[in-house]
Amino acid sequence: MIKVTFSSLRRQCGYLLAAAILALSAGCATTNGDSRDPFEGYNRAIHGFNQVVDEAVLKPVSKAYKEVLPELVQTGVRNFFANIADLFISVNNLLQGKVVEAASDGMRLVINTTIGGLGLMDWATEIGLEKHNEDFGQTFGRWGVGDGPYIVWPIFGSSTVRDSIGETLDIRFDPVRNHTPVDVRNAALLTRMVARRADLLDASRILEEAALDKYTFQRDSYLQRRRSLIFDGNPPREFPRASTTGPTSKAEDAVEVQAVGAGAGEAERATGPVTRAPLAPENGKTVPVASAQGE
Amino acid sequence: MLMATKRLLAFGAAAAGVFVATAALAQDVPPDVLVKTVTLEVIDIIGKDKDIQSGNQRKVVELVEAKVLPHFNFTAMTRLAVATNWEKSTAEQKKQLTEEFKTLLVRTYSSALSTYRDQKFDFRPLRAKATDTDVTVQVRIAQSGREPVTLEYDMEKSPAGWKAYDVRVAGVSLVANYRTAFANEVRTNGIDGLIRGLAEKNKGPTVKAEKK
Repeated sequence: MIKVTFSSLRRQCGYLLAAAILALSAGCATTNGDSRDPFEGYNRAIHGFNQVVDEAVLKPVSKAYKEVLPELVQTGVRNFFANIADLFISVNNLLQGKVVEAASDGMRLVINTTIGGLGLMDWATEIGLEKHNEDFGQTFGRWGVGDGPYIVWPIFGSSTVRDSIGETLDIRFDPVRNHTPVDVRNAALLTRMVARRADLLDASRILEEAALDKYTFQRDSYLQRRRSLIFDGNPPREFPRASTTGPTSKAEDAVEVQAVGAGAGEAERATGPVTRAPLAPENGKTVPVASAQGE
Repeated sequence: MLMATKRLLAFGAAAAGVFVATAALAQDVPPDVLVKTVTLEVIDIIGKDKDIQSGNQRKVVELVEAKVLPHFNFTAMTRLAVATNWEKSTAEQKKQLTEEFKTLLVRTYSSALSTYRDQKFDFRPLRAKATDTDVTVQVRIAQSGREPVTLEYDMEKSPAGWKAYDVRVAGVSLVANYRTAFANEVRTNGIDGLIRGLAEKNKGPTVKAEKK
């Protein structure tokens, strides 16, 4: 029985490898000279490989997980791992000098681990202690480290040089990965991976529908999302407000020249992130040091 | 009995409120109120519609076209997404680009909307001066065990009321995200190529493989 599984597994791996090679040869054909993505050829190849693995294994398993398990169980699993993650979210908030947030994360951990039944329930959110999203990559970003080139890792997916270094620390300190009975740890890691993918099923379907080119869409979403996270949701604007380009209702043509003129002047490519001079920090938050970085 | 009457009265008052808001619409409704009214109306309809809940995508699209679409400025959205290539386009190309982009956005928006499941909305107070003509309206959606998702609508005042020209979901701007793909497409296939690409995308159910 076990032998059969293994051989079929090996065959699966063979398919995946073949697919990877195919993807590689196809992927290397395209590069668009985007300054944020100098390894586009390689990245596209890995992206293609990841798509194949996802379609073949992770997505079907996650779909089954979502369909079979009651919603309540899924929420429990999500909360359980989210609670463990709060520990290093707190640490990272502290490293970024956000003492209040760090304290709030610490409170969350205490509340959810105790009355939340080892983290299965998220009572902290109910009483108004909001969950945060932090990691070492964001901490480095906050300290002023730029993105560096975009990188797609096999299985792990989208990243940048800065975030990759961050992720190695995330992994190094991950309480789940450092759990000792190895079989328990592996089961937990697998469960977490499947649960996370299951949570992204809707998003990935929407991506599929929205994107003209899935690779660029995913890359640009990732870069924008990380930027937003580093600034805790208030990054400097990437391009000017419509109104700075004049009224759109009348005199369309006059407006356009202005609108684009601004972008074209700085970046020869229409697509590079066109960072505006930092508008007044929009929601009353101060714009951190990193605002000038990364571009 | 008393409870029932009270509830009925409250409902009546709420309904009247919505009616007044809709009637007064256009010029005078502040952008944050507009977003709130439209959002609540749409999710209320979704909550009551059995067809939509059982996955009738067509009906969601119709709902979005009727309720949401009038509050967007698609020309501005397309202009910002097409960026430098906009001025190189003819009037006819601009019209086609806008039309195709609109269809794609409505589809995507509808698809996102149909994943809605009783999340709690938190309409953030508007941080803007009364004289501002370009503002960002924030809505946050709370979820258990995860950080809230923020929706941000960049809106501009026009004679016909406030119109959105970009939406940011969790910090990801739709307009900015389409910029690269549009520019790449134009570089390889020209503006007409981009129009064709969009039209093709809009025709098919979902394009599976990447074109490149």
